[in-house]
Amino acid sequence: MAGLTGRMSTVVKAKVSKLLDRAEDPAETLDYSYQKQVEQLQNVKKGIADVVTAKKRLQMQETSLQQAVVKLDTQARQALSSGQEDLARTALERKNVAQTELQSLDTQVNELEGQQEKLTESEQKLRAKIEAFRTKKEVIKAQYSAAEAQVRISEAATGVGEQMADVGLAMQRAVDKTENMRARADAVSELESAGAFEDLTALGSGEDDIDRQLKGLSSQSEVDDELAKMKGEIGTGGGERAQLGSQSEGTSPGEGAPASGSGAGEAQQAPADSGQS
Amino acid sequence: MIIRISGEDQYRLSDADGERLNGLETAVSAAVESHDEHAFAEAYRVLLDHVRTSGERVGDDEIENSDVILPPADTTLAEAAGEFTGEGLIPD
Repeated sequence: MAGLTGRMSTVVKAKVSKLLDRAEDPAETLDYSYQKQVEQLQNVKKGIADVVTAKKRLQMQETSLQQAVVKLDTQARQALSSGQEDLARTALERKNVAQTELQSLDTQVNELEGQQEKLTESEQKLRAKIEAFRTKKEVIKAQYSAAEAQVRISEAATGVGEQMADVGLAMQRAVDKTENMRARADAVSELESAGAFEDLTALGSGEDDIDRQLKGLSSQSEVDDELAKMKGEIGTGGGERAQLGSQSEGTSPGEGAPASGSGAGEAQQAPADSGQS
Repeated sequence: MIIRISGEDQYRLSDADGERLNGLETAVSAAVESHDEHAFAEAYRVLLDHVRTSGERVGDDEIENSDVILPPADTTLAEAAGEFTGEGLIPD
């Protein structure tokens, strides 16, 4: 009977009984246990706040990636209009990477949302247990002899301790997941800040490291398809369409790119969403 | 007996319902041993459902120690490997 009947509860029981052994006066132990519980409840609240912060961070990253998608789409069109197909392909490769990352961020934000809800529920349960303990400790103090009280305190304290340990475990799982997400998101931010999504025009003739990395990350078949589609829309080399290239940066890419269009819409909503949580 | 599903709630099960857990755990252990992610997910879902449906939820204001603590519902096969050892949930 190794695992399940609870490594966790065993640890909690050991800790609690150590605490009880030390105390001479049950009443004092009760008050001390309660005080500890209230302190730990604060830690739980802090843990939830950390999850919220992680979620907001990912949401900000989503917004900036959404902007990058719009920008790269525009750049690809401009490049294609002025006959620079290589540059257009590079822009679309980067757009493809950004879009893939956006999808993954979206999943992660939803996951964190779920964890936040669960933790909040757990916090409420823990709060209820601590409240029950507070009531119980007064009853124990009033009704039992020292020896009897010791046993009952132990039961009650380990019961609350078990709940506490369970919330702790849930928080640990949430933190672990968040860490993994952060590592991924940071890797993409690094590419972003290294200019991968920005200085397209500064791109030399040779591939740089970032370019090679992005090429590896992007789906070439999707990029091919999009390039072909864009060519069809723009009509490569067409005199009238070539003017697109001279339009100012940040111009809406138009209806030809539904993904980036909706992306821009979400970007505007994002701050409002995070404000609610 | 009191069973806790980690991350959820505590449930009060009759002895008979509690003992049924050991039977359900056999399927979970078998899936863990054969590294079958799909079978594990299904068997563990069945086990948790048994606890949730046959048990009575312990009130938030009741303070009870659990006899058995089950890992969270989203436990992965890899995480479960250390928990389900095939010895049975409830010791003889």
